[in-house]
Amino acid sequence: MKRIFSNFNKYRYLLGELVKKDIKLKYRNSVLGLLWTLLEPLLTMIVLTIVFTTLMGHDTPNFPVFVLCGRLLYSYFSNGTKLALKSIRRNSAMIRKVYVPKYIYPLASTLSGFVTFMISLSVLVVVAVVQNIKPTWHIFEAIIPMLTLLILTVGTGFILATLGVFFRDTEYLWGVILMLIMYASAIFYNPSKILASNNAWILKYNPLFGIIQNFRNAILGQPMNTKYFLYSATFSVVVLIVGVFMFYKKQDKFVLYI
Amino acid sequence: MDNNIALKVNNVGVRFNMSAEKVDSMKEYAIKLFRRELRYNEFWALKEVSFQVKKGQRVGILGLNGAGKSTLLKVIAGVLKATEGSVTKNGNIVPLLELGAGFDKEYTGAENIYLYGAVLGYSKSFIKEKYNEIVEFSELGDFINVPLKNYSSGMKARLGFSIATVVEPEILILDEVLSVGDAKFRKKSEKKIKDMFDKKITVLFVSHSLAQVRSLCDRAIIIEKGRLVAQGDSETICNLYEQRLNK
Repeated sequence: MKRIFSNFNKYRYLLGELVKKDIKLKYRNSVLGLLWTLLEPLLTMIVLTIVFTTLMGHDTPNFPVFVLCGRLLYSYFSNGTKLALKSIRRNSAMIRKVYVPKYIYPLASTLSGFVTFMISLSVLVVVAVVQNIKPTWHIFEAIIPMLTLLILTVGTGFILATLGVFFRDTEYLWGVILMLIMYASAIFYNPSKILASNNAWILKYNPLFGIIQNFRNAILGQPMNTKYFLYSATFSVVVLIVGVFMFYKKQDKFVLYI
Repeated sequence: MDNNIALKVNNVGVRFNMSAEKVDSMKEYAIKLFRRELRYNEFWALKEVSFQVKKGQRVGILGLNGAGKSTLLKVIAGVLKATEGSVTKNGNIVPLLELGAGFDKEYTGAENIYLYGAVLGYSKSFIKEKYNEIVEFSELGDFINVPLKNYSSGMKARLGFSIATVVEPEILILDEVLSVGDAKFRKKSEKKIKDMFDKKITVLFVSHSLAQVRSLCDRAIIIEKGRLVAQGDSETICNLYEQRLNK
């Protein structure tokens, strides 16, 4: 245990460098640079708001903020896990030649995604101000779903990174699953009808749904849903433990497969 | 561990599973598992290799292509994990195996110094302190602020060499990298390595040139088909190796 910590300490600087590299390179050579992080969710929010308020009428209060919360959180989960999935293969040149603790790669991917996510939250602030939403003390509870989401993403990232080394079709499979998760997370529709129906399980068993709902509650000044919190937090921690265990068990074999 | 010993390789074996066909999708894996067609050919790249290197000793590693020399170096450097046995190291290892393995081509030379330094496990303050020395030694000049994708391969090698050798290692692993860049830089890099040799550090040196091993190393080992077949002082071992080659 002590060895693991001193090892982590030694490579903490590398972790920071890799996170920095991911963010720096993503926007270098593009005219708008970091602005893309803000522009993309803003544009999708506008389109989704127009389409769905026309389709369903105004059944959800503060629909732009509602959509934006869901989208930002889902995007982080989707991008972070996708990056982590490819992280080992992407760095195969390095892994084959120098010793670096391998967990650094998926961890750096999910953390750099989190930094981008934090930056993109500024769009939410602007939209909330424009929509005239008064912050209440509940806003501090937003940190809880955000942390839960981070744990869930890092854990899923470890599982996918491990699978991705051995099976090349993990990437396509995960793309399909991600799409299903998106529809089952109530990002652009009001969940109340589904929650009242026999198909409520599709939302209730999805930890991302609970995370998104609690984040919305915090932003819109509603109290936190304890049941959602307990379920999603437990789920995320279990996923993290499984992910770390899987990765740890298989990491010495990576170099033989990449 | 005894303080005089820099490196102890204890009964190391490395096994590769070479599957007859590559199974790399879940579908194939499931089908093969179901039909019980998952077969692997075992292949031991190294087997029962044991030796010790005392501090300050320079060991030449001899062997034909595919004998397992690179695998052995990778196990010592920590890139590969031994299937059995263990390696104990006493002091920091600098492997000059693949220069610039951590480079990113979109990054400038300057940024890559920090990145590659971090990959090698240096601290930020250490790299900052040595930054000028690295740039100066690499002779890249203004190119240091140009993305690496615009470098020639010689320039990349020069940068890699300059970063990797900025530390004073206790154990140096060399895999025939004594020739880097153009004639001028080659001379300079050879001198730097010679200087390191003179500082009485421990060296593991893979080479196909018996002349180099004779002149640089005081001990040598021969690896054949993954097994250590002989070890001793470099003169005797080099002679023995020559005899085996001519057989």
